[in-house]
Amino acid sequence: MPLLTRNRTVIDDRWALLPETAAIADVPVSTPAIVPLALWSAQHGALAARGDIGVWLKPADDPDALAGDVACLLLIAVDFPKFGDGRGYSTARLLREKYRYSGELRAIGEILRDQLYFLLQCGFDTFALQPGRNVAEALAAFDDFSDNYQATVAQPLPLFRRRLQAAAAEAPAPSEGSRR
Amino acid sequence: MYRYDHHDQRLVDERVAQFRDQTRRFLAGELTEDEFRPLRLRNGLYIQKYAPMLRISVPYGLLSSTQMRKLAHIGRKYDRGYGHFTTRQNIQFNWPRLEDVPDILGELATVEMHAIQTSGNCVRNITADHFAGIAADEIIDPMPYSELFRQWSTFHPEFAYLPRKFKIAVSGSATDRAATLVHDIGVHAVRNEAGNIGFRVLVGGGLGRTPVIGHVIREFLPREEILNYLDAILRVYNRFGRRDNIYKARIKILVKEMTLEVFTRHVESEWQRVQGGPATVPDEEIERIAAFFAPPPYERLPGDDAGFRAAVADNRAFANWVKRNVFPHKVPGYAAVTLSLKKTGVPPGDATSDQMDMVADLADAYSFGEVRVSHEQNLIFAHVKQAALLALWGELKALGFATPNIGLLTDIICCPGGDFCSLANAKSIPIAEAIQRRFDDLDYLHDIGEINLNISGCMNACGHHHVGNIGVLGVDKGGAEWYQVSIGGDQGEHASLGKVIGPSFAAREMPDVVAKLLDTYIERRHADEQFIDTVRRIGIEPFKERVYAAAH
Repeated sequence: MPLLTRNRTVIDDRWALLPETAAIADVPVSTPAIVPLALWSAQHGALAARGDIGVWLKPADDPDALAGDVACLLLIAVDFPKFGDGRGYSTARLLREKYRYSGELRAIGEILRDQLYFLLQCGFDTFALQPGRNVAEALAAFDDFSDNYQATVAQPLPLFRRRLQAAAAEAPAPSEGSRR
Repeated sequence: MYRYDHHDQRLVDERVAQFRDQTRRFLAGELTEDEFRPLRLRNGLYIQKYAPMLRISVPYGLLSSTQMRKLAHIGRKYDRGYGHFTTRQNIQFNWPRLEDVPDILGELATVEMHAIQTSGNCVRNITADHFAGIAADEIIDPMPYSELFRQWSTFHPEFAYLPRKFKIAVSGSATDRAATLVHDIGVHAVRNEAGNIGFRVLVGGGLGRTPVIGHVIREFLPREEILNYLDAILRVYNRFGRRDNIYKARIKILVKEMTLEVFTRHVESEWQRVQGGPATVPDEEIERIAAFFAPPPYERLPGDDAGFRAAVADNRAFANWVKRNVFPHKVPGYAAVTLSLKKTGVPPGDATSDQMDMVADLADAYSFGEVRVSHEQNLIFAHVKQAALLALWGELKALGFATPNIGLLTDIICCPGGDFCSLANAKSIPIAEAIQRRFDDLDYLHDIGEINLNISGCMNACGHHHVGNIGVLGVDKGGAEWYQVSIGGDQGEHASLGKVIGPSFAAREMPDVVAKLLDTYIERRHADEQFIDTVRRIGIEPFKERVYAAAH
C-alpha cells in the first residue's frame, strides 16, 4: 500500500497493521505493528514496553484513552472506514492540540485524494492511500488549495491574523473600504 | 459589500480548478458515481429529476448588480433563461449540463461568487437578516459577522465531513428576521448589562422530519470568542452526532439524545480549552470587514418626502404597495423595497434572466447597485429614496415584481417540489398557484392581514412548512399526492411549530381548505389580531371542526 507523506513523498511502510479482532498472539515479535486501541488498552504493559507498537483509533474511539501514552507513542493511526465519516479529523486535532501528541499521525482506511488537503491541515503526517489509486495525482492534491481561512494544526494562525500582520508591515495601510 | 482580496479570489479559483478536475475524472470513469456524489454535492450540484441542479451561494443574501447580471447570463447561456431564489437566500438553476458546471463556476469566480458548500454534509451558506444595516432596531449589522462566518466555514478542514448538513443564521436585531430559532446554530447580537455587545448562541433548532425550536446554549458570549465557540460546538457535533441514520444525524437529535445539559457541558469544556486561542477575533478584523459594509453615500434628507406622502394619499394602488412592500429605513428620507417574486402564475422565487438584468439596472438606478435575497424568496432594494418610490413602483409593475403582497397570504414560501425535485413526494408549485388564484382579491388579502403560508413537497421541509402560520406538506399515500395541513407555526423571535389539523387532502381541495381556515379566523378574530394570534388564543379545534365538517 503506498504511503504518502506530508512532504509530498512516497515511502515504504514498515509497520504491520493489525485488524480490530487481533489478539496479543497476533502481534509480530520483531516487526513494528499498529494495534487496535482495545488490544493496546488490554495489554498495555507488554505492548508499551516494546517501543515499536503504534495504536489505531476507530472513529468513535476517544483520544483521551491515549492521554497517558502520547509522550512515548511513535505512531497513532486514525481510521476512516468510509471517507464520508469525518470524526477522525477532530480526533487528529485533539491529539495534536489537546494532548500535544508529536509523533507520527497516520490516516488509514478509505483515504482518497480529495480528502488529503483537509487531512493534512488537521495534523496528519502520513496517508495510506487506497490501493489502486493514482499516486502522482494524489500527491498533487496536497496542493489543491494554497491556503485556508481557519486556524489549523498545519497553519495555526488563521488567515485574518496573517492578513493583519501583513497590513501592519505595510503601514500605512491603504483603505480597502468600499460602500456596500 | 465585501470584496475579495487575492486570498479570497485564489481560494475560489483553486476550487474551480479542483472541481473541473473532479468532473473530468468522473466523466472519464476514474471516479465512481458513489465517489463523485459527495464531491459534487459539496459544490451544490444535485442530479435531479430531469437534469443536474446547481445551487449557487449568495452569502447572507447580498448581491451586487454585477453579480446579478452574471446570474442572468448564466441562466441564459447554460440554463433555460431563469433561476430560482431559495429559502437559504441562494439561487439555483434547474437545467445546467454537468459538463458545463466547471465553466459556470469559472464565470462565477470572475464576479467573486461560487457554489462552495451549498449542499453536502458541511456548513451551508450563512444566512442573515435581509434588512441588515438599515433596520432601526439593530444592535449590530450582522453582515460583517456573517462574512467572518463565511470565511471560517469555507473549507473548514475539520468540519468537511459532518454527520449532516449544518445551517447557521445571524441576527443583529431584537426582531428576528432570519429564522434563527430553526437553525442548527442561531447567533443573536445582544447587549449585556455592562453595555457590551456579544452574542446569544442557540443550538439544535431545525425543520425537516423532526422540527425543533433552538435552545439557548449561552446567553452571552463575548463577541471576540465567537469562532472559538462555533469550533467547540461543531467539534462536539462532529464527534458525537449520529452517523448511523441520516434522519437522526442533525445536531438537534444529538442535543435531544444527549440532553441540552450534557451537550452544553461538552461544548463549554471544549470552549474553555480553546478560548483566547488563535481563532479569537481581533477587533481590527471585524473593522476590516465592516469597512466593506459601510453605509452607501446617502443624501442628507430632512425626513419623510412630501411628494411621496402626497402620492400615497392620492393613489390607492401605490399606497397598497407601500403598505406591504416598503420597509422603514433608519436613514431619514429612505426606505427599503421588497420586490415580490410571488406573482400569481409564477413559481414562488423564480425570476427570468431578463428580469434579473432589469433588477440589476434598477438596483444601479435606485439602490446603490445592491440587491438582497430574503429567505422568504423575494428580492430587496435596501436603500431607495422615498422620493423615487413612485417611479420605482412603476418600473417594478412593468417587471411583474410589484405585487403588493409581502407578508400576506399569497407571499407563499414554496420549494420547487415534485415538478423538479427527486426527493419530493408531491408537487408544491401548483398548490401555491391554485391558492394564489383563489385569493387574488387584494382587498380581501389586506383584510386578512399578515399571515404566512409555507409549502414543502416533502418532509425535508425546504418550504419551511412547520413555521408557516398555515403549513402545507406534500405526502405520498399509495403513490398519490396528498397534502397535510398544519396551523399555528411561526418564525421570528416567537417561533413555534404548527400542529397538524387532521387527515390530508387532495390537491383540488386545498384552496377550499385554506378558505375555511381563513373564514374561521375572520369570524373569531378580535380587533388587531393576526391569524397567528387567533390560532394561539382559541387553539386549532375551531379551525379543524370547520375544515372537516364540510369536507368529510
